[in-house]
Amino acid sequence: MASQISLLMENQPGALSRVIGLFSQRGYNIDSLSVAPTQDPTLSRLTMTTSESVEIIQQILKQLFKLIDVVMVQDLKASESISLEMALIKVSNKAEVISKIEKNYSSLDLNELDNTDEKTILRLIGETDILESLLVELKDDLVEVTRTGALGMTLGNISLETEEETKVIY
Amino acid sequence: MSKEEINGGDALIRALADEKIDLIFGYPGGAALHIYDAIYKQNKVQHILVRHEQAAVHAADGFARATGKPGVALVTSGPGATNAITGIATAYMDSIPVVVISGQVASHLIGSDAFQETDMMGISRPIVKHSFLVQSAEEIPVVIKKAFHIATSGRPGPVVIDVPKNMTDPNYKFEYKYPKELVMRSFPILGKGQDEKIANAIELFRSAKKPVIYSGGGTIQADASKELTEFSKLIGCPVTNTLMGLGAFPGDDDQFVGMLGMHGTYEANMVMSEADLIFNVGARFDDRITNNPSKFGLEAKKIHIDSDPSSIDKIIGVDLAIEGDAKLVMQQLIEQVKSTGFDQNIYKDWWAQVEGWREAHGLNHDMLKLKNEKDIILPQQVIQSLYQTTKGEAYVTSDVGQHQMFAAQYYKFKDPRKWINSGGLGTMGFGLPSAMGVKFAFPEADVACVTGEGSIQMCIQELSTCGQYGLPIKIINLNNRALGMVKQWQDMQYGGRYSSISYEDSLPDFVKLAESFGHVGIKVEKLSELNQAMEESFAMKDKLVFLDVLVDPDEHVYPMLEAGGSMSEMRLSKDKKTF
Repeated sequence: MASQISLLMENQPGALSRVIGLFSQRGYNIDSLSVAPTQDPTLSRLTMTTSESVEIIQQILKQLFKLIDVVMVQDLKASESISLEMALIKVSNKAEVISKIEKNYSSLDLNELDNTDEKTILRLIGETDILESLLVELKDDLVEVTRTGALGMTLGNISLETEEETKVIY
Repeated sequence: MSKEEINGGDALIRALADEKIDLIFGYPGGAALHIYDAIYKQNKVQHILVRHEQAAVHAADGFARATGKPGVALVTSGPGATNAITGIATAYMDSIPVVVISGQVASHLIGSDAFQETDMMGISRPIVKHSFLVQSAEEIPVVIKKAFHIATSGRPGPVVIDVPKNMTDPNYKFEYKYPKELVMRSFPILGKGQDEKIANAIELFRSAKKPVIYSGGGTIQADASKELTEFSKLIGCPVTNTLMGLGAFPGDDDQFVGMLGMHGTYEANMVMSEADLIFNVGARFDDRITNNPSKFGLEAKKIHIDSDPSSIDKIIGVDLAIEGDAKLVMQQLIEQVKSTGFDQNIYKDWWAQVEGWREAHGLNHDMLKLKNEKDIILPQQVIQSLYQTTKGEAYVTSDVGQHQMFAAQYYKFKDPRKWINSGGLGTMGFGLPSAMGVKFAFPEADVACVTGEGSIQMCIQELSTCGQYGLPIKIINLNNRALGMVKQWQDMQYGGRYSSISYEDSLPDFVKLAESFGHVGIKVEKLSELNQAMEESFAMKDKLVFLDVLVDPDEHVYPMLEAGGSMSEMRLSKDKKTF
């Protein structure tokens, strides 16, 4: 199971390249990455998943926090959390695909977005693992796929954005 | 009071002056011209013109290592910036506070492959603690303030400020204000250690039978040498320093077992190997120390004090981690020991064992007394002669290779900040320019650059800078006519196949070379002449002396840890090993 890390960083030019550079520089793998501004325009929130070992994750958390632009770092898997990903898939055999999804992947949230030139774009939202098994099963049906990478958030009171002090949340 | 308006270039230099910087090293060029004009118009910040940008950063680095204050280098865009990269990486690996200001093409030209444009932010990113691309002229003072704060706080490191040319436009003026305080929400600086952990650390010493204090460059960076020494005296166990930590504990004290690691002393490596408690302050369990990490300190409990949490548990897992400033933590430990008392006699048996190792295979610090028929000089003897002549009180910079290890082993550094070498990156060419930085900081002190005929040629052009500014550095060239450390490895692991290590027929005449720059050159070939030549060199107080010493070309550095082994697996000479 991949680990998931959330962080808040200064919304500054170069900040994202420092985060990504850290991974290549130290030889860590990133499986997915998503980044967007937060309600506070000076901060961006970044979520990444990585399949490294527990020891390496500890190093990654500390190394990330060491970056001057990084304000908060959180190991989402250390607390109870929700993790979701969205995928857009383009298929030609809409009916067949939809029936496969409804039969075996009912936990995925499915929407039909467009139908042009006999190609259909479907939107799927759900857990990354389930999404990935579906994509394996649909391999021969897919014309095009794009995925957001997983987003995550811890349950209850823990929140990256309401912490007063800069820190690593394990 | 009327508001005074100044331009970005003037603001940059004035901000440096406000940071109490009075000396910078650099090299001008197109994108930095407005800044150089600002330098010309004032007299608070003196600019030293080097001959290559790498030397500017090394000189700033040497200045920083010797003084503890930040060093500053100024370079232009493109090749100026890329030439500075080796210097920045050197400072990064050894955590040295250096601020490098690079000119950049005007902001509207960035990304257009303009003349002398290079992505300095991108190129330097993996080797800086932080970097800034100046976005507006008005932010120059605050960027300078932040840069120095980041470079010098916590675990120090180099900071780059990339300044597009239009940010220093002489015609764009604004009100200059230097910030008194900084607000940085994402840069926590560690202070004291947790009281409970302090008490635990002392308890671990109390229950240990065979402890060792292992101290690194972080102790020196934190100015915690006095505290380290006091604490070590209270505990009374063996003390070892890393290559970067030499001088933090006096090298001539009996409690000191010498440097540890790759070319550490036999007794230091045995102590580490047999210890049941390893107390690490300001060191990072790097590969030159631990040898094979899976065979490191298996029987020992480990305490690690570090100002950088990411250093803890990175290579070697520890039993007690104290995140904090080494000076403050050591003060806490001292208080704790003093309030509870400590019986040093518990380590009596341990010391007997250590003394046995020392007697069996300790370094011979009396090699000057050795004679040989051919009157050949051993490189170790040169360091001992230097030690004797300077009474162990000189600042010694070095390059990288065998001469560096001999200097580290045989010059028994008594004080911190006097041994200046590139330990992490291992940068040949560091010795001479860093010695310039030291000499500017301490004009009255003896400054020796221990080098080899390979390394010195990597920044030899700085002999010209030394001439221009009258820097009477003593260059001690251990000339073995080959790249000695590479040759040693080729001897040991490649069947003596000497691939690309020799240039004997094309070496310069170093005496004439030094003279051509207006310096003094002395060549020594006989052991019987060594001491006198050394003394003569240091007697010439106002002259740079290039002492070219022809040493035995076949000498190896020992002890040497066996690759992939534990710390007790050492080669002690060409035909003797412990395993």
